[in-house]
Amino acid sequence: MSATVIFTIVSLSAIGVIAATILYFVAQKFKVFEDPRIDQVDEVLPGANCGGCGYPGCRGFAEACVKANELDALFCPVGGNDCMADVAKVLGKEAVAKDPEIAVLRCAGTHSLRPNVNQYDGAANCTISSNLYGGETGCTFGCLGLGECVDVCNFDALVMDPETGLPVVDADKCTGCNACVEQCPRDLFELRPKGKKDRRIYVACRNMEKGAAKKIGCEVACIGCNRCVKECAFDAIVVENFNAYIDPIKCKLCRKCVMVCPTGAIHELNFPPRKVKVEVEGEAEKPKAVKAKPEPVVEVAASKAEAQPERVVEKASPEALSNKENENTSDQSIKLGE
Amino acid sequence: MLKTFPKGGVHPPENKISAGAAIETLPLPTTATIPISQHLGAPSAPTVKKGDKVKVGQIIAQSTGFVSTNIHSSVSGTVQKIDDSIDASGYKRKAVIISVEGDEWDENIDRSPELKKEFSLSGPDIIKKVLENGVVGLGGATFPTHVKLSVPKGMKADVLILNGVECEPYLTSDHRIMLEKADEIIVGTQILMKALDVKKALIGIENNKPDAIEVFSKLADKNPGIEVHPLKVQYPQGGEKQLIKALINREVPSGGLPIAVGAVVQNVGTALAVYEAVQKNKPLIERVVSLTGKSVKKPANYLVRIGTPVAELIEASGGLPDDTGKVINGGPMMGKALNSLEVPVTKGTSGILIIPELEARRRPVQNCIRCARCTQVCPMGLEPYLLMTLTQKSMWDKVETNHALDCIECGSCAYTCPADRPLLDYIRLGKTTVSKLIRARKQ
Repeated sequence: MSATVIFTIVSLSAIGVIAATILYFVAQKFKVFEDPRIDQVDEVLPGANCGGCGYPGCRGFAEACVKANELDALFCPVGGNDCMADVAKVLGKEAVAKDPEIAVLRCAGTHSLRPNVNQYDGAANCTISSNLYGGETGCTFGCLGLGECVDVCNFDALVMDPETGLPVVDADKCTGCNACVEQCPRDLFELRPKGKKDRRIYVACRNMEKGAAKKIGCEVACIGCNRCVKECAFDAIVVENFNAYIDPIKCKLCRKCVMVCPTGAIHELNFPPRKVKVEVEGEAEKPKAVKAKPEPVVEVAASKAEAQPERVVEKASPEALSNKENENTSDQSIKLGE
Repeated sequence: MLKTFPKGGVHPPENKISAGAAIETLPLPTTATIPISQHLGAPSAPTVKKGDKVKVGQIIAQSTGFVSTNIHSSVSGTVQKIDDSIDASGYKRKAVIISVEGDEWDENIDRSPELKKEFSLSGPDIIKKVLENGVVGLGGATFPTHVKLSVPKGMKADVLILNGVECEPYLTSDHRIMLEKADEIIVGTQILMKALDVKKALIGIENNKPDAIEVFSKLADKNPGIEVHPLKVQYPQGGEKQLIKALINREVPSGGLPIAVGAVVQNVGTALAVYEAVQKNKPLIERVVSLTGKSVKKPANYLVRIGTPVAELIEASGGLPDDTGKVINGGPMMGKALNSLEVPVTKGTSGILIIPELEARRRPVQNCIRCARCTQVCPMGLEPYLLMTLTQKSMWDKVETNHALDCIECGSCAYTCPADRPLLDYIRLGKTTVSKLIRARKQ
């Protein structure tokens, strides 16, 4: 009995020793050298694994950073410049500071401005709906409102606004990871530089139809009238397929195009209210252009109201004014029109 | 025992309410909108410009590749413009818009009603004629017929199958032409047999059309090589692969074409169009369209010029019913709802179906209860619930290995699902994404 126990212990120990020896040599022979810096870089990355850098997850990006000679072509949109500076520190390389980018939605066709002409009751998925047909509204290029971008956003930066039917970008949370840009079947998102003081100007329309046709479907469509192109002093605007595009690099954020746009398709974000201008006869036309515009963006509306306070007061309550005064105001408006 | 395909299938209510209505010719429209892409493959290139005078049967858009075909004017008049116009896809696509003036036909077209039986053309000449006259598959897929007739090198067709199944509920256009144009279809079949160099043609007709089976059985007795086979009423009996399996018990390999098993399938409507193209020199400028629905005042089968707005068909049948929920281009199983009544009738329009509001809405989606009915009814032996889940989770490699591309989009799975899950919607998404990935991989 005891002999069996001893024999078992001895034989198993012998097998263990032999196997360990073999494994030791095999491990030496097939050792995979992994740069320890990969782990270090991985540690300073945000760990979101969003793929915004173009690599499969943060580990993949860390490997690419270690392998690369220069960090110029590599950028982590989530971590931003701070994160890249840390990576550069770990690797002893130099990081090039990049302007942070943010997603903007190039569609302003809310429920009220772009009414539904039919109903979709298929699967609640933008790509399926887009493959199936032109959409519930008269515009076959605009937002379908089924929220695939919201689903794909890893950072909670997109929320569907039930009132407008459009997704809203939360500027504080958006990391510019490109996920929504790739997902949107209508190609409505674009990454644009955050801009000085978070100020951005962009055309919120992607409709490529002829002007008259798209005006039927949506009140705030870019009709390709070329007025902004003529107004722009920096050649930043091009009109292609009846649709204007503002080059964010050339754009100097002067806001002149916003003023001339007859449909209000050009949006300005985070600008201070326009300065009150002294009423000069020649300039009367410009605020008019603004006035004809619907109000899709809150900021624009606010700036508009303050841009012409005197006139607003004058015309605000015609009922309250006496007939005589009423005549006066209309006289004045005619004069201004001249 | 009637022949049928062995796997899956459903039997929705047939509702063939317009089956008794003889074909009527619809008056000419005031403007015809003729899309330049009415077939599978490359869109044709317009050969006319604004202000041109055109006659009925004149070419207005030329084929731009092998898988493409010619498009002819279906009316006479002046080209108003070549512009984007809404079509059955729900998007605006390029179309030639012609304002109709009179009804002047091209001189080369033989408009006499006499049956012309003899033909002397050789196989390649027939194929050329079919291409010239813009004939496409009229069953619904609108695959250019000359492509199907041009058998690839190293392959050989030994049987022609004529599809007179019309398994979609409601639709009756094929049924009517089988009753009214039987002689022409038989000559068309002989022409197709000659083009393919086959000695045997099988005509498959579902058993719910006994009158058509009788007419064709009599004709088949007189014409050697042509056989008629009644088939069990089961959807999708008219699917190409299902029909081949039912009639000659051969299985088309995954990803392959019917020619791989020596069969070529053509719709009866296509046979008629081939007859007219070869014998009468008449291009494909009109087709029979069923206008049907439970609350339609006068369900009918109209002979319609291509380019006529759908609204005119509805008007001819007593206008849009008050309880309309959806207007569908095609049948209830595979058809697609239209989002405008200005959409023109094209080569692929087999019927316009008006569904009442009560039946039109989809019910709310519920959770999958694992009843496996979708797997039971799938005629291709796929697992629809699995493909849907994989697509939702973007697991494209698995969507591919589970043979999503073999799906024929018959809709049996979504029809039978007790939880009303949009199975086919997601499988289609999976299919398009996987084909995109495969194309990218090949480059």
